[in-house]
Amino acid sequence: MTPINVLTSKAVPLPLPNIDTDQIIPKQFLKRIERTGYGEFLFYDWRYHLDTPDAVTPNRDFVLNKAEYAGAEILIAEKNFGCGSSREHAAWAINQYGFRAVIAPSFADIFFSNAGKNGIILVRLEEEQVQTLMDRSTGSPEHRITINLEHNTVTDDAGFHARFEIDPFRKYCLLNGLDDIGLTLRHVDALDGFEAKHDAAFWAAPKVTV
Amino acid sequence: MSKPQTMFEKVWQQHVVAEPAGEPPLLYIDLQLVHEVTSPQAFEGLRMAGRKLRRPDRHIATVDHNVPTTSAHDRLVIADQVSAAQVNALRKNCAEFGVEFFDVQDASQGIVHMIGPELGATKPGMTIVCGDSHTSTHGAFGALAFGIGTSEVEHVMATQTLPQRKPKTFRINVEGELPFGVTAKDIILDIIGRIGTDGATGYAVEYAGSAIRALSMEGRMTVCNMSIEAGARAGMIAPDETTFAYLKGRRYSPSSEPRTTSSDLSSRSATEGFTFQPQPSSDSSSRPERSGVEGPAFSSEQYESDWDEAVAYWRTLTTDPGAEFDRELHIDAATLAPAVTWGTSPGMHATIDGKVPTLDQAPTEADKKSFAKAYEYMNLQPGTPMESISIDTVFLGSCTNGRIEDLRAAAAVVKGNHVATRIRAMVVPGSQQVKRQAEAEGLDAIFKQAGFEWREPGCSMCLGMNPDILQPGERCASTSNRNFEGRQGRGGRTHLVSPEMAAAAAITGHFTDIRTWKRGSSGATLDAEQVLVEGGSR
Repeated sequence: MTPINVLTSKAVPLPLPNIDTDQIIPKQFLKRIERTGYGEFLFYDWRYHLDTPDAVTPNRDFVLNKAEYAGAEILIAEKNFGCGSSREHAAWAINQYGFRAVIAPSFADIFFSNAGKNGIILVRLEEEQVQTLMDRSTGSPEHRITINLEHNTVTDDAGFHARFEIDPFRKYCLLNGLDDIGLTLRHVDALDGFEAKHDAAFWAAPKVTV
Repeated sequence: MSKPQTMFEKVWQQHVVAEPAGEPPLLYIDLQLVHEVTSPQAFEGLRMAGRKLRRPDRHIATVDHNVPTTSAHDRLVIADQVSAAQVNALRKNCAEFGVEFFDVQDASQGIVHMIGPELGATKPGMTIVCGDSHTSTHGAFGALAFGIGTSEVEHVMATQTLPQRKPKTFRINVEGELPFGVTAKDIILDIIGRIGTDGATGYAVEYAGSAIRALSMEGRMTVCNMSIEAGARAGMIAPDETTFAYLKGRRYSPSSEPRTTSSDLSSRSATEGFTFQPQPSSDSSSRPERSGVEGPAFSSEQYESDWDEAVAYWRTLTTDPGAEFDRELHIDAATLAPAVTWGTSPGMHATIDGKVPTLDQAPTEADKKSFAKAYEYMNLQPGTPMESISIDTVFLGSCTNGRIEDLRAAAAVVKGNHVATRIRAMVVPGSQQVKRQAEAEGLDAIFKQAGFEWREPGCSMCLGMNPDILQPGERCASTSNRNFEGRQGRGGRTHLVSPEMAAAAAITGHFTDIRTWKRGSSGATLDAEQVLVEGGSR
């Protein structure tokens, strides 16, 4: 995981609520056993017209296909972003496409966890604040937004300034690019001790041997 | 006496390994269920880091998402090479890491959320995770069960724990008797419509009330299954006699054999180190020998069998009287009606006697945009009566409604009738066990005679990762859980309904009010024999 602190970038506006992970990455791309290569399939069904079962052409109306937004590292969406399926492929696709942050009024729980594990900053702002940024990025694709993780702020050159809440531990992991498993294994003594007792609780064991 | 606790809090507390300052609590995971789609990168991660899978005995794996359902042969030799590679990867990974694996034609194969309960691996008071959002299903047993992403799958494989922020608690009370024709599916669709698809985000939900207690385990699993569709990672229902009757005698349930030898007792003495403290129950008569027991140790010796001891423990998991929830909702079961979704989110539903809502009826401005997009995608005009919507396809199955009771209910509607012209109707049992049971009861014959396809078990058209998909523009009455754009196939239009409603739509070719269908003489349930006798005379 790459450490991240300050991000300044253009932003892609996606003014819809409840964008589910089936839209972020459709099912046909979940059959792969690799962890990379998902960026090209991000928002596939919205991004491409299906001409024949085997041929697609880019949907020129879809925001990701507009040249002026190329290179944007921030995505802006409405409430409940990432709802539905637990597929981490959605976080992989967002990350591998090149987004480092998503700004929205709220995020679905599982997506929220998955994004954190992949170094994506999720910024929760008030609906009106999101709308302001959405309007500015829609009006001017070159509009740049700065997310400062250390100071919990979102700003732009047009005077926008907002603070956002982030779990301190999540922030610490993002700032330092930390691997969760390694962090947990610092508690291996507590885990060994807990497990030795807990294993006796046979009513909570998946396989009670007769 | 200590502060009254919710069921969720009791289960949570029993699993906290550590609470490091400034970090989320570390939660012990009793069981991880594994399937082919969300596990390959997790196994690969272990290999790359040189880590072991800490507790293979706390893992169970099967294949469900992308296996074909057409025939045993098609499953053994999967034509889609990418799917085949994913299934093979799971075979190889389970062998390498020592995980018990139920392969495509194993007698215990099935959708991962079907087989946990069927095996008795899912039990009250456990923590259960799986790389699948419908893991909430297992909460029907009073387990704390939730879906996770692949990085977390790897985390559990490596440590058998997860760092987890404690969710808030939300009790949804459904009181009263369900009207005729109204099912568990209609309860949960109603809840999602009321609170919204993000209404329970950040909460662990407990479903309570007389209408919930009256549900079978199958119905309870349907309700808990779709908790995630309201944003809740976990939904739970208190274990009771219905739960215990379901679990007794299953492969991985505690044994009911009397403890006869001294070694049996001594092997259990370790239990006394367990930190469980029994709480007085409001209904002490149900567990007289434990009533009022106070003390640090859970003494094993007073129980004649492992089963008895387990049940005594499970009974203590229920929410204490007076326990406080962060949020509560009350629903009168008598007001519910059969639901049909009209849009592209499970919260977009109407009752069968209702209409596609107008833009004015959208609760918020954001919803207006979603409504407009949904009308277009679903090719529906606002104000269209739900009963007038014709369908092309019927899908009966999934981890939401692919259980034996669902198939029985649908068969009772179908029996003696035939699917309408041009309708493609398929039944995909959720598991091999359900399929065998249904065949033993002759349900397969009822479906086949009515023109349904009878398939092999798997997730199938719920998400269309296997060849079972909708073609662009096709409209489907589906017993599954998500009606997102393209969920069942690009351009496909999904309407979520109960098994009874799906069956009725298959026969008439359009959504049909099950309440006006043939009523059995009992008046309370559809009677298969009655439908047979009167079939065709509707």
